[in-house]
Amino acid sequence: MFKILEKEVFSPIIKQFVIEAPKVARSCKAGQFIILRIHEEGERIPLTIADFDREKGTITIVFQEVGKTTTQLGQMEAGDTIKDFVGPLGEPSHIEKFDGPVVVVGGGVGVAPVHPIARSLKEAGNHVIGIIGARTGELLFWEDKMREACSELLVTTDDGSYVRKGFVTDVLKEVIEKHGKENIPLVLAIGPQPMMRAVSNLTKEYGIKTIVSLNALMVDGTGMCGCCRVSVGGATKFVCVDGPEFDAHAVDWLELGRRGAIFRPQEQQAMEHHQCKCGSGCGGAK
Amino acid sequence: MTDEKKPKKEIKPTKNPMPAQDPVERARNFNEVALGYSEEAVIDEAKRCLQCKKEPCRQGCPVEVEIPAFIKLVAEGDFAGAIARIKNKNALPAVCGRVCPQENQCEKYCTLGKKHEPVGIGRIERFCADWELAHGVKTPEVAPPTGKKVAIVGSGPSGLTCAADLAKLGHKVTVFEALHVAGGVLMYGIPEFRLPKAVVQAEVQNLKNLGVEIEVNSVVGKFTTVDELMENGGFDAVFIGTGAGLPYFMNIPGENSCGVYSANEFLTRTNLMKAYKFPDFDTPIKLGKKVAVLGGGNVAMDAARTALRLGAEESWIVYRRSHEELPARKEEAEHAEEEGVKFAFLTSPVEIVSNEDGWVTGMKCIKYELGEPDASGRRRPVPIAGSEYLMDVDTVVVAIGQGPNPLVPRTTKGLELTKKGNIVADPETGATSKPGVFAGGDVVTGAATVILAMGAGRTAAKSIHEYLSNK
Repeated sequence: MFKILEKEVFSPIIKQFVIEAPKVARSCKAGQFIILRIHEEGERIPLTIADFDREKGTITIVFQEVGKTTTQLGQMEAGDTIKDFVGPLGEPSHIEKFDGPVVVVGGGVGVAPVHPIARSLKEAGNHVIGIIGARTGELLFWEDKMREACSELLVTTDDGSYVRKGFVTDVLKEVIEKHGKENIPLVLAIGPQPMMRAVSNLTKEYGIKTIVSLNALMVDGTGMCGCCRVSVGGATKFVCVDGPEFDAHAVDWLELGRRGAIFRPQEQQAMEHHQCKCGSGCGGAK
Repeated sequence: MTDEKKPKKEIKPTKNPMPAQDPVERARNFNEVALGYSEEAVIDEAKRCLQCKKEPCRQGCPVEVEIPAFIKLVAEGDFAGAIARIKNKNALPAVCGRVCPQENQCEKYCTLGKKHEPVGIGRIERFCADWELAHGVKTPEVAPPTGKKVAIVGSGPSGLTCAADLAKLGHKVTVFEALHVAGGVLMYGIPEFRLPKAVVQAEVQNLKNLGVEIEVNSVVGKFTTVDELMENGGFDAVFIGTGAGLPYFMNIPGENSCGVYSANEFLTRTNLMKAYKFPDFDTPIKLGKKVAVLGGGNVAMDAARTALRLGAEESWIVYRRSHEELPARKEEAEHAEEEGVKFAFLTSPVEIVSNEDGWVTGMKCIKYELGEPDASGRRRPVPIAGSEYLMDVDTVVVAIGQGPNPLVPRTTKGLELTKKGNIVADPETGATSKPGVFAGGDVVTGAATVILAMGAGRTAAKSIHEYLSNK
């Protein structure tokens, strides 16, 4: 059992937990993820490690409520326990000192997983330009934390309700124009698939190397089932052991999107079943 | 023949039949197919045993269970005595009695089997184990602590057996398991209808009673490594039993379409995550009306039978050789057939076809004929030119085999591997190229059977004990 030590609510749908998981905290690196299962009947879901404290033995996760498991997770409080919490999984981000400014882009809840990578890149001596964005200002979090992890930080909102109006790709374009495409060695983007795909399309035009952290469906997370497989440069890769980070320009985005939607109807059904059980007026579980 | 002087015992030529669920009914539920012997039937079956002095049956058992001895006790109605006798040698009798291919092992060498049907050794073993689980389990005696610590990586059949043996010898044993429950393939692979998960967990509990500690959610190769366990973890020896959990795909176009599963994913969702109870359990599974399972081994049979239980209208085994060459146990193929699984022999897919949304709509197949025998003596399948046709399926399960999971081999320094990535270990001792590190089961042999893995766990336990005693 893994205890939730702290809970923070960023918005009605975005929440943060600090979880007691010393084994994971001892060995995890930026870019890796965990898999958790809330209870005995639960499913295994992957979440990227957003922060860690080796001394306290804690892992920070930030998640958005998108379906049954994340909604149920969001209803848990500090002091509650999570049944299973396994990690670190996946390959760590490749961190080195690059020649020129490195751009890290975090969209929506993707700000959380991008954070430890930005921090590691900066610690490795890079000039890190952070770009974070959300649909509205209300959904934006960790601006301070990101400002600390990056050398400079640019913030945007789709609807202009905070700082400025525009997508992260608009800001990225300005950054590339300002610094010159040949001077930027790397762009790293984490967020919803459409956002990562848009970043990928943009940087492909400029010929800038771009890394994305893919969010495929997973079961075990240790390479034994291939549920998370994705085509990268024409070869089949398992996101859980070969990734989660890949060269954005080589990813088959259409296939990734389709595979991510395989269980859409069941996800809907699970959500309705859950609402039934949690007593929102329909008469309980049937 | 000296036996002829004795009054001749009347021999019942056939095994007592195993009560089983009706095929039509069981093909739609996940309850166990074989129901187990009654007390009367098991005693009657035990009395068929000739009690041969040379015990030929034992040479066929990889863990050398004292077969005639325990069967004699069953014939006398002493079930408690019988199970104690079995457990001297076998840590997982309820599992072995169910899933061992006895026809190739103990029962293959049964004297009675030369003229008649052999004694139903597996069925009697299963009865004894179930009887004990129902009547309260006695924990075997454990030797005084030796002060030595052994780490076991992987809690499948080889790891559990190795752990049990070492614990009984007084060593402190910790098992590290990557998934959230112990059991390996017994939990995620073999379906509930062949091996109820409650039975597996009861046997795992027996091991815990011996003092074995099991740490689930622990991926060795990620949170720690074998080297770290030995250098900083205080472990005196390590046994690697990580199995063959890496699924192979066909590498044909369309294999990443929606509706294509590896058998590992398909079975893990169903067995480990209980997707057949969705939405009471959260893990979903989705399949269409017509399912094709590629391959002809036991895993393929499990997947095809599972598909029927999940509601498929048609479940096909697509295999590129003929019925004769099916690598699955005969009994498994027969059960599949009884339940309504269909077989497309001498057939192999060349492409998986999907619709504009990426979902499987069919499978382009080619027919084969059998040519000359190859090096292994099996007739090689040769494609027939121009025989391509479209098979009407909407779900595909790939069950063409598994390789060793590379996480542990890759992160352990100085471990000699084969070209395929299996760990090289001495078959006599389980010793690897790295001092203090032993290995056994599928990670050494490639995908094989539960009982062979258990045999390897036993062998390694013996040499680990020797290694620790001389250390």
